[in-house]
Amino acid sequence: MTSETSEQLETLVTPEMEARKGVWENERVSYPVSESDIRKWAIASYWPEKPPQLFWDEEYAQGTKWGGIIAPQDFNPFAWPIERPPGREASAPRTGVGNRGMNGGQVETFGVPMRAGDVITSRTRLKDWNERTTRLGLTLFTETETEWRNQRGEHVKTRISTGIRY
Amino acid sequence: MATNVYFEDVNVGDELPAWSRTTDFMNWNRYAAVNDEFVYIHMDDEVGRAALNERGAFGMGNLRYTYLLNALRDWIGDEAEIREAAVQFRAINQKNDTLTVTGKVTDKRVEDGEHRVYLDTNVVNQQDEATCPGHAVVVLPSRG
Repeated sequence: MTSETSEQLETLVTPEMEARKGVWENERVSYPVSESDIRKWAIASYWPEKPPQLFWDEEYAQGTKWGGIIAPQDFNPFAWPIERPPGREASAPRTGVGNRGMNGGQVETFGVPMRAGDVITSRTRLKDWNERTTRLGLTLFTETETEWRNQRGEHVKTRISTGIRY
Repeated sequence: MATNVYFEDVNVGDELPAWSRTTDFMNWNRYAAVNDEFVYIHMDDEVGRAALNERGAFGMGNLRYTYLLNALRDWIGDEAEIREAAVQFRAINQKNDTLTVTGKVTDKRVEDGEHRVYLDTNVVNQQDEATCPGHAVVVLPSRG
């Protein structure tokens, strides 16, 4: 596709996308969350300030409505899998019409917090897309829905992320 | 127990206390380490330039989202909840930018038994450029 221009392409939507639309896939199960994972996440994300005690001090956290340490809501229990997703550490940005991309953003709705010992199950589906001509040329905005539940089936969060390809 | 703000004390138009970080490699690398986000465009100036950012490697969108959540958490305290948060990545986080999370209350109402406060949010850089418009919904404790 690298030799084509966006003017030559009528759509970036593929038959594979049509087939995947609305179908839950890519189910993953996290390693158990640990207190140490949560503490490190909080330190890194609040750097260089000290993170809130709620994320690392069990005695303090027991006195809150949560009754113990919880994870920050952006905590990612799927970081550091043994099996590395292919292409993830690519050394060059993708080029060519329809292959260039960027992260457009996301909206997340949160349920119960994550805690040490939790095992999170994730599943994903291609929710919808919208294609239009922008200053980048033909541009495809895709919405991907990801749902996380804990080992009790409780809703942890739903993320709708927007991917942009052009 | 830290209750920073009650539902009854919040008014439409109130602003989120400013929350800032200067994003040098210490911030980026630590976040990349915990989020397993070692992507060359965020690490290598040559690859960043190849991705059409003249100044080289650029910051992770996820880190700006994290900053939004942290600013909300610092404002609402530990007895409250973040129910929803959203961001749109509109501009790049350059190395050594000072990013400030901003927010303004747009609505407050009781829904589904929760005392919810709605905010429009953003992450602005040192040139006061809006990099990351978004919104949030938080659930606050009530005096009632």
